[in-house]
Amino acid sequence: MSTEAAAPSGLQIHPMDQFVVKPLFGGETINFYTPTNVTLWMALTVLCVIGLLVLGTRGRAIVPNRVQSIAELAYGFVHKMVEDVAGKDGLKYFPYIMTLFIFIVFANFLGLLPMAFTTTSHIAVTATMALAVFFFVTILGIVKNGVGFLSLFWISAAPLVLRPILALIEIISYFVRPVSHSIRLAGNMMAGHAVIKVFAGFAGVLGVGAIAPVAAITAVYALEVLVSFIQAYVFAILTCVYLKDALHPHH
Amino acid sequence: MATETTTATEAAHGAAEAAGHAAEAAGHGGHYVGMPQLNFDWFSNQIFWLVVTLVTIYFVLSRVALPRIAAVLAERQGTITNDLSAAEELKLQAVKAEEAYNQALADARAEAGRIVAEAKADIQADLNVAIAKADAEIAAKSAESEKAISEIRASAIDSIKEVAKDTAKEIVAALGGKADARAITAAVTARLKG
Repeated sequence: MSTEAAAPSGLQIHPMDQFVVKPLFGGETINFYTPTNVTLWMALTVLCVIGLLVLGTRGRAIVPNRVQSIAELAYGFVHKMVEDVAGKDGLKYFPYIMTLFIFIVFANFLGLLPMAFTTTSHIAVTATMALAVFFFVTILGIVKNGVGFLSLFWISAAPLVLRPILALIEIISYFVRPVSHSIRLAGNMMAGHAVIKVFAGFAGVLGVGAIAPVAAITAVYALEVLVSFIQAYVFAILTCVYLKDALHPHH
Repeated sequence: MATETTTATEAAHGAAEAAGHAAEAAGHGGHYVGMPQLNFDWFSNQIFWLVVTLVTIYFVLSRVALPRIAAVLAERQGTITNDLSAAEELKLQAVKAEEAYNQALADARAEAGRIVAEAKADIQADLNVAIAKADAEIAAKSAESEKAISEIRASAIDSIKEVAKDTAKEIVAALGGKADARAITAAVTARLKG
């Protein structure tokens, strides 16, 4: 997949360089344990999570300060989402969904910093999470409902003749879930960052007169701020929907 | 949690074995061509650190952050509920106080009315006594006056009789008759009666 330096041309824009995984302390080989920029930015994500949700709530104030308000807002947001979508019995799995959501939010937003590495722009990361969700809810559904879990694919509301066809479609869509779940997030993050980098390349070529590319970067950046949050939200709410299917497979 | 972690770890191991050795594919200071996302040499590294990160976040959240925030929210809810019930109680007390105030006001009004009525009755009684006394005095005075008037009248009638007799005697004498004193008296008396 990867090759050496591109042929030199007039316009040197390398929008994909920002996604390259590099070892932090020199060296060339990347083993699974090598500390890389992935490690760095994921560690920063953890620090941000701790900063917001642990240090921010240190005061345990009845009347919260700003950071505590944001922490409570995040908590309430995800808690309500799980309760609304997956139901009361889904609240048992609220910490897992909160973990995913808060990780994706911070990874996305940290990735918006200049020179940052966006961990969630990698399909390896999002696919791991999506597959974890997929296997988790599938196993949970089978454990909770036994064979009854298969009624998820057997739509009793449809006419009998259509049910086998619908079941086939449902099964296909069920197994496509982790694919769409992961590619949606990674694709959004990658595309936005690549576009910003392309515009930045234009700005670099144009020099001081680069008003249009800078304006475009600003606009795309604003959009990316929105996308960063929305994609985290979408990932979390889809997880809730899958969880609901596992807990209540009957339509 | 158990299933999730196992799954992720298995995936990590699988990817590690698959990718493992050909890690130096990334450019040596050159620029990357193609999609870094599809460089499977890096998958094991990313997945490993992702699992570490997620497990860390999960433990931080489930052990510290989420119970704390839940406790804070519950405590706030409790405080709000308590404050609301306290406010409700105070409101009830205020209503009671208002009722008591109104009751006291009504009582005071009734008392005042009673006092006014009593005073009126007293005054009326005094007045009646005074009027009766005044009436009696007036009656006595008028009786006295009546008496005096009747005396005056009687004496006036006597004087008139006298004057009339004298005048009649004079008139009779002037007309050339000789007046009989007894006849004149009788005539005057008869006239005065008529």
